[in-house]
Amino acid sequence: MKAVTPGETKLHSTAKKKRGFWATFKEQKVLYGMSIPFIIVVFIFSYMPVWGWLMAFQNYRPGKGILEQKWVGFDHFVALFSDEKFYQVMRNTLAMSFMGLIVGFTVPILFAVLLNEIRGSVFKRTVQTISYLPHFVSWVVVAGIVTKMLAVEGGAVNQLLMGLGFTDSPISFMSKGSWFWTIVTSAELWKTMGWNAIIYLAAITGIDQEQFEAAKVDGANRIRQIWHITLPSIAPTVAILLIMSIGHLISIGFEKQFLLGNPLVVDYSEVLDLYALNYGLGMGRFSFGTAIGMFNSLVSILLLLLANGAFKKFAKQSIM
Amino acid sequence: MARSTVFKPTLGDRIFDIANYTFMIVVLIVTLYPFLNVLAISLNDSVDTVRGGIYIWPREFTLENYVQIFQYEGLLTGAKISVLRTLVGTLLGLISGSMLGYVLSRTEFQGRKFISVFLALTMYFSGGLIPGFILIRDLNLMNTFLVYVIPGMVSAFNVFVIRSFIDGLPYSLQESAKLDGANDFTIYYKIILPLCKPVLATIALFLAVGQWNSWLDTYLYNGQSPHLTTLQFELMKVLSSTQGTGGSAAAVAQGNMAELVKQVSPEAIKMAITIVVTVPILLVYPFLQKYFVKGMTLGAVKS
Repeated sequence: MKAVTPGETKLHSTAKKKRGFWATFKEQKVLYGMSIPFIIVVFIFSYMPVWGWLMAFQNYRPGKGILEQKWVGFDHFVALFSDEKFYQVMRNTLAMSFMGLIVGFTVPILFAVLLNEIRGSVFKRTVQTISYLPHFVSWVVVAGIVTKMLAVEGGAVNQLLMGLGFTDSPISFMSKGSWFWTIVTSAELWKTMGWNAIIYLAAITGIDQEQFEAAKVDGANRIRQIWHITLPSIAPTVAILLIMSIGHLISIGFEKQFLLGNPLVVDYSEVLDLYALNYGLGMGRFSFGTAIGMFNSLVSILLLLLANGAFKKFAKQSIM
Repeated sequence: MARSTVFKPTLGDRIFDIANYTFMIVVLIVTLYPFLNVLAISLNDSVDTVRGGIYIWPREFTLENYVQIFQYEGLLTGAKISVLRTLVGTLLGLISGSMLGYVLSRTEFQGRKFISVFLALTMYFSGGLIPGFILIRDLNLMNTFLVYVIPGMVSAFNVFVIRSFIDGLPYSLQESAKLDGANDFTIYYKIILPLCKPVLATIALFLAVGQWNSWLDTYLYNGQSPHLTTLQFELMKVLSSTQGTGGSAAAVAQGNMAELVKQVSPEAIKMAITIVVTVPILLVYPFLQKYFVKGMTLGAVKS
């Protein structure tokens, strides 16, 4: 291989481009040395599992190599789509995704816009600093806190509701399925609102102050200033973040559902990943669990491409 | 400030302000109250707590709950492993992120394009839960400490954030070092790393919080190894044991600790553990605040 190089290095003008791969490789060996170990790690832990998707078309039995397994074609997908449970799980996943998207997307914008309107800078900074706080706390802790606040006996929410006369007896939030989606959405909002607002606050800070002055001269009140200046100015940021969250729409994970759920509300709490976990690991049906996960990934990618396509059409801009 | 002096606020503006301040105060209360309540209960006598009515101040102050929880081996081991994984995981994440970020910032590097795409792709797909699990099992990483720090070592997002930071540094520094005969690693180590401190501080915060807060890897891979338990996992076991629930978690996760919590007053003990798990995060967070706001906007703008 080294034989290629001497002839080529002679040509001075094209030397840089036409130099052999191995000659450059030798010259850049330190750079290769600094990257190859990590590339191997990424290959093993991010790419190899995709190879594992083959399991979805097999009857995977532990102890045999992946190519020695019995092939069953699309059997697991047929079984998946004819499982009634699948539709319930899909409903739960979509419901919580959309609620999370709508609430988790609009409220931080509203919060950022309103926080920007606060004049006292000390108060403003205090609110902002404290609003990040829950973002740094684990879901385990948040789930514990939510359970505590919603408790039937002595839970703050029930005490408040009873104190204000909205209800006579405490509501058992955690054991009623009908409350579960609301609880998950609220818990997520509590955890992420302040943090997700950071980016909008940064975008708002970049707006030219003269625009507001001009609007005032024209007699625009605060609400109209927000509507006509602040919101249009942050619209591009909003659009990009919206597309990114659509791409993650159904891959909402299962941490929240796992930690906040219980057998009483399982009809409302089980989401795709949890379903895959229970079947795949809990019952040892690895292939079936893989099929569920694969379905999840494919839908996610499809959604991302669709959202990106739509965005391209409207904004003539791509995020990918 | 010119805004408020030149123009007299109208009545509408004043109503807006009052509503806005009220909203912000509600946000403050809703965010802070749960933490204060948990803290108060953890510092209150556990028998007295059962009577209810503890809000943000303990009624019968005691440290007994904390003394109690630290008598469990699970919690001590958990604390040790949590600290260890946070240190090792953060360090490995910083090394991999900064090295790859540096390598990718070198425009003449011929593997640059390939590595960029190779990393970027990992942000859009994942193999999923079950294949990931089987891989870890086949690699014999189950019931090892390594499973906490190796699989997630490289984050494409962090690499790209660091690279764009390095791209913003003056190239002349690297060039003069190269003329002095420094090799690529020396340039990285002596010149790039010290200049990257601000971005590395941000990334370190994200990595450390992520490591400290994760429990799922313990649950999936090390649930059977009491010597590899983490604080978050111990807390999860305790919380799910008295909820009477936890779904499939309960089956795997019933430890001694959980049993004991059932016997003693669970409430105060649970809250004390919650505080122990949360406090380290709350301690580092004010110091690193200025970094993460910067890092967050940097990352978002570039991606």
